[in-house]
Amino acid sequence: MLLERLTKEFGITDIVERHARMTTIKVDKDKGERLIRELRDREGYVHLSFVACVDYIERGVFSIIYMLHSYDEKKDLGIHIEVDRENPEMTSIHTLWAQAWTYQRELREMYGINFPGSPRVDEEFCLEGWDQMPPMRRDFDTRKYSDEQFGHREGRASEDPREHMKAKLYPNRGGDEQ
Amino acid sequence: MSEETLENSGLTPEEQKLFSNARPQPYQPYSNKAIEDFANWARANSLWILAFGTGCCSVELRPLMSARFDAARFGIAGRPTPRQSSVFVIGGYVSVKTLKRIVRSYEQMQGPKFVIALGSCPANGGMYFDSYNTVNQLDLYLPIDMYVTGCMPRPEALLASIMDLQKDIRAGNCDSANIYVNNLDWYKANQKKVIKNWDMPDYNW
Repeated sequence: MLLERLTKEFGITDIVERHARMTTIKVDKDKGERLIRELRDREGYVHLSFVACVDYIERGVFSIIYMLHSYDEKKDLGIHIEVDRENPEMTSIHTLWAQAWTYQRELREMYGINFPGSPRVDEEFCLEGWDQMPPMRRDFDTRKYSDEQFGHREGRASEDPREHMKAKLYPNRGGDEQ
Repeated sequence: MSEETLENSGLTPEEQKLFSNARPQPYQPYSNKAIEDFANWARANSLWILAFGTGCCSVELRPLMSARFDAARFGIAGRPTPRQSSVFVIGGYVSVKTLKRIVRSYEQMQGPKFVIALGSCPANGGMYFDSYNTVNQLDLYLPIDMYVTGCMPRPEALLASIMDLQKDIRAGNCDSANIYVNNLDWYKANQKKVIKNWDMPDYNW
């Protein structure tokens, strides 16, 4: 019912019912802020659970996920909005929920997504003095950066847990899983 | 060790007037060995832990003070400020942002001061060995008296390390604060390599 109306008015796609209490939808970037405002003001989705982001490097987009909750229906509604990876920018929703600017500041730092007008969005959040690519982007090589920046202690070794446990804990079983 | 003053180049000219630029001086033991031994005995039995939890291992500090493990029987208690404490327990992984606060707190501690590195992460990076934001070897940035390995170590392990630390202090082997002072330039170079926005004095008196 709600989803049919949203499909007609906002052109939402990819409606997936993840389980009985959670549905996710996808909407265009320029309609996203209006859709979220509509859901908050008219449909009872008054609680912003979180704002997250996934880097789909293969398709060249960041998918921002706004998770809303309705206390009346006791349901979650996730809204996926894809923004271009080359010029990532999204409308700020700090006017709807004041706490959203914290999430937006985090996304700005970790993924480099800009939210124009969001308070303190250009300030440092978790990282101080960061001069590299935003670290949660998938083309950032965290291992290489760690090697160059912090180095490693000589003699550090890693074991494959499965092989190590077979050899050390169950030497008589000869690899028998049971 | 050079006698010249520190540059404090991370501060603005206005701020430089407000902070000391003196170099720290190494601790000189008493010339009479009996008095130094007595002082070491007293130091070993009066350890105050700085209440600064850096990572997940610092949850092990809480049961240490409670009735079951009762660290007070070793003369150990927590203090809320670095000015009043003598043992810095690095509780777990050290992110770059925390490292800056650790350096500030460590330098503000009055001597004699000791550092215990708790858990695998300060020793060799632990499970965060490939993280963009955690240092892999804490001893590049701070002198460390005692390592406790484990992920995470039990409070018993921490108690054992404190007892070992007390033994070392009584024997007069814990001079990590002097190592820090004598190699201050090396430590500062390492610290400034990872702390990119160095906006504090070179030595936080």
